[in-house]
Amino acid sequence: MTESIAGLEHQFETLEQQHEAGWLGMWAFLATEIMFFGGMFTGYVIYRWAYFGAFAAGSKDLEIWAGTLNTLVLICSSFTMVLAVHAAETGERRGQIGFLLATMFLGTVFLGVKGYEWTTLFRDHHVPGIGFHFSGPYQNTAQIFFSFYFALTGMHALHMVVGVGLLTFLLVKAWRAEFTPAHHAAVDIIGLYWHFVDIVWIFLFPLLYLVDRHR
Amino acid sequence: MSMVQTAPSYLEDGHGLASWLLTRDHKRIALLYLVSIIGFFFLGAIFAGLIRVNLLSPQGDLVRPQTYNTFFTMHGLIMIFFFLIPSIPAVLGNFVLPLMIGARDLAFPKINLLSWYIFIVGGLFTISAGLFGGVDTGWTFYTPFSSIYSNSNVVLTVIGIFIVGFSSILTGLNFIITTHTMRASGMTWFRLPLFIWALYATSLIMVLGTPVLATTLVLVALERVFHLGIFDPSRGGDPIYFQHLFWFYSHPAVYIMILPSLGVMSETITCFARRRIFGYNAIAFSSLGIAVIGFLVWGHHMFVSGQSVYVGMMFSLLSFLVAIPSAIKVFNWMATLYGGTIAFDTPMLYSLGFIGLFTVGGLTGLYLAAMGVDIHVHDTYFVVAHFHYIMVGGAVMGFMAGLHYWWPKITGRLYPEVWGRLAAIITFLGFNLTFFPQFILGYLGMPRRYHMYPPEFQALNVLSSAGASILGIGYLLPVIYLLWSLRRGQVAGPNPWRATGLEWQTPSPPPTANFEAPPVVREEPYSYPTWEAQID
Amino acid sequence: MGAVLPLFPPIASTYARQEDLLFYFLVAVTLFFVLLIFGSIFFFAVRYRRRTPDERAQPTRPNLPLEVAWIVIPLVIALVIFVWGAKLFFVAMRPPAQAVEVTVVGKQWMWKIQHADGTREINALHIPVGTPIKLILTSEDVIHDFFVPAFRIKRDVVPGRYTTAWFEATTPGTYHLFCAQYCGTNHAAMIGSVVVMEPADYERWVRARTSPVLPASAGAVLFQRLGCSSCHQTNTNAKAPALAGLFGQQVTLADSRQVTADMDFLRDHILTPGKTPVAGYPQIMPTYQGQVSEEQILELIAYVRSLARAERSQGGS
Repeated sequence: MTESIAGLEHQFETLEQQHEAGWLGMWAFLATEIMFFGGMFTGYVIYRWAYFGAFAAGSKDLEIWAGTLNTLVLICSSFTMVLAVHAAETGERRGQIGFLLATMFLGTVFLGVKGYEWTTLFRDHHVPGIGFHFSGPYQNTAQIFFSFYFALTGMHALHMVVGVGLLTFLLVKAWRAEFTPAHHAAVDIIGLYWHFVDIVWIFLFPLLYLVDRHR
Repeated sequence: MSMVQTAPSYLEDGHGLASWLLTRDHKRIALLYLVSIIGFFFLGAIFAGLIRVNLLSPQGDLVRPQTYNTFFTMHGLIMIFFFLIPSIPAVLGNFVLPLMIGARDLAFPKINLLSWYIFIVGGLFTISAGLFGGVDTGWTFYTPFSSIYSNSNVVLTVIGIFIVGFSSILTGLNFIITTHTMRASGMTWFRLPLFIWALYATSLIMVLGTPVLATTLVLVALERVFHLGIFDPSRGGDPIYFQHLFWFYSHPAVYIMILPSLGVMSETITCFARRRIFGYNAIAFSSLGIAVIGFLVWGHHMFVSGQSVYVGMMFSLLSFLVAIPSAIKVFNWMATLYGGTIAFDTPMLYSLGFIGLFTVGGLTGLYLAAMGVDIHVHDTYFVVAHFHYIMVGGAVMGFMAGLHYWWPKITGRLYPEVWGRLAAIITFLGFNLTFFPQFILGYLGMPRRYHMYPPEFQALNVLSSAGASILGIGYLLPVIYLLWSLRRGQVAGPNPWRATGLEWQTPSPPPTANFEAPPVVREEPYSYPTWEAQID
Repeated sequence: MGAVLPLFPPIASTYARQEDLLFYFLVAVTLFFVLLIFGSIFFFAVRYRRRTPDERAQPTRPNLPLEVAWIVIPLVIALVIFVWGAKLFFVAMRPPAQAVEVTVVGKQWMWKIQHADGTREINALHIPVGTPIKLILTSEDVIHDFFVPAFRIKRDVVPGRYTTAWFEATTPGTYHLFCAQYCGTNHAAMIGSVVVMEPADYERWVRARTSPVLPASAGAVLFQRLGCSSCHQTNTNAKAPALAGLFGQQVTLADSRQVTADMDFLRDHILTPGKTPVAGYPQIMPTYQGQVSEEQILELIAYVRSLARAERSQGGS
């Protein structure tokens, strides 16, 4: 048996192999995530083509300032995540803790704004299936727009919640000073996940908030 | 090379329930999967038996229509999601993949164990849906029947299938990463056994296809609970959109079921013909070709649904193209048999049977891809016969071939050869008697999922049911003699078939760490001795 | 029918003959390859059986021409079948212009059929031999499928839209009508029969029916009763588009797309008016969802179509 190297799991020969596996594993997982959202995006595109008017009307009913704010918040959180990864590479414990906390804070702000939007929509009876009402010519088909809105943003928010959970896990490890320049794969890999969730939002924002806004 | 065993075998390394339920050893997890899927297989088989008994008479005397509908739904769901999809990958693949590439374990052992727990939880949900109200949508969950009209327990079932999908994703992910990062020294991509190529292609489909099924099922459940209207025409939705999403996963899922079997064939044919494979590259790339083109043919399930004629033509053409890689494989195996020294051990009998049945199944697929003929045979027993030739004649025969082939490696014991051959022959005969009449029934026009039928179809249905009882014996026999062999079977030794491949270079059953020292590969795969070597 | 062990379905339509031809070609291809593969397996199994435990095999040498051959030959065969199958499909999907229209409404678990003259039937369809029949199909609830094995035709019957199928019967007789798309509890009981009759017999059958109301006339009555006529007027200050001459024309939607005013268009505008609003008119039409049955919608459409026909014949004369 080979002598144990700190942090090396039994199935691997070297730490590099272990990191490569973890890194590749996250990429493969993100591929499944793309397919997961892909099915819904496809549906969105098809129905938007069929009922453009309803989608435009539904979109104009969303709070654009909330969507814009959330986009900014998430872009900033990606930046703080990158700084956290950098701090892990250089082994600065305080930097890690600070930037992880900042990322978590921004993630929570995003969820807060999202929650505010959902309550507003609930108040306005724009939640499909629960006494849905939409004034104007599109009372029939606006519900499909809002179905996609809730399905997509709901799934995205779920991923944000998971992301904040993973950041908490990183924070605990950073607190215990477990990340060294040689051993910080977890920060890299979870960082990748966080960026992915941000990118999904970058697609969701124009698709949901900016339909036909120029008119 | 000394065969002195220093490390205990994986079976002896730890005792008690916890050592199994908390194991991270891929070999033990494979056995957990084996026991679970065999349980699901016989559960599914009971439903199949009830279906065949009910169809003995034109009036369908055994059960009421609603009960019959829940039977074929449960049969389909259990066999597809809880037996066929995990069968070869999660049992045989899990066991031999690290051994074949010379690794100590899969890349993510904890995720591997997690996938089994997810599988069991998904299974419990689905079974409980069957117990509490049943589910009568068919395994295809077509909307708007499933989303609005069905009075059965659709949501619970959908949750079960949603959950089990993640087990499949995690297995696929684990296989891909393991194949990429954990090959032994000297094990280049083109020295990989073809079974690994097949598992790799399968994993790609699992990882990229299953999430779309998850999306689809989420939408069905939301639609059913909140009446979103996405699939409901009275609210502006489109029920056909569901079919596109569903078949985007569920057609590639057919390749999840059959590709691993095709991989097993390349192992058994070479071993029992004791000859190097003909056309290694062609077989390896045909697996990937099937995986890729398989994603682009889903629309052939919907020729008569009202989709555009031109879209249909594209799907038809691609469906014909996906037949070619399968044909390549069959011809390459035949060329491997040519000039070999063929022994007829049980795995080989299953394999030869597989080639025959897979050929019939594949060729009848052409009828369904040909749009003009599909109009007539779509959703009839012709389709039922076709996919059972692929999934039972193909995937299950392949699983049996692989299970017998690696049984000595898994348990360290040989099963009784005579009984093995007998079971293989009974299975082959019973299978054909069960499913061949269904081709004729289908062309006559008997639709699938019929609880009763016009009297002139009775003779063929009786033949089919008679065959099913023979097939049942063919499946029960192995359970008996394989269990018997666990204690009484002859000790196998590391390499009873004198096969090449790393998995045969370690003791049977292997130690927990698989190899005493990291193996080094210096040869091409399937380097069986030839005349030339003898002359040298 | 009635044979104890039938092996082939009856051939009772022009399409059935064409389809059978491709089917038997496929059977021949299948037999050829099955015999080739099974034959080779048996031959190799005997010729190359292992005689002694240490017997050695022939070396495996690459053979590119052989590999190319068994890629190209199956590919050519597959493409032949593809082209043949696709051509057949076009035949099956393109009804001849002179075909007689019959509307079919599927519901759990029965077939409701109406002839062009207004005659209604349930789970049965009487037709004359030698006349092309065009079916216009829709469903009240779930997806069904109209399947007549003797004609080799099958078409999904999808709620919320109209699908079409056509056939020309060639042999008098009574043939099975099945629902081929699983539709719930009594799916297997959603069956009926198609009765193909000699023209003289058919005439007799038609005359024996009590004089039915033409769908367009029934539609005209509905048009008044539901109050459609109060908005859809022909005068200049109408609140809604006039319907005369509408059917088959291009219509501009509010989002500036052009669509054809076909049956699906009319149907959507009766049931889900807000789905695709028309340009130039305020969206004030209420939905008639739940107030009209599928048959009544078909009658309303028949009425609007008859207006278009009347318009055209006037313009032409």
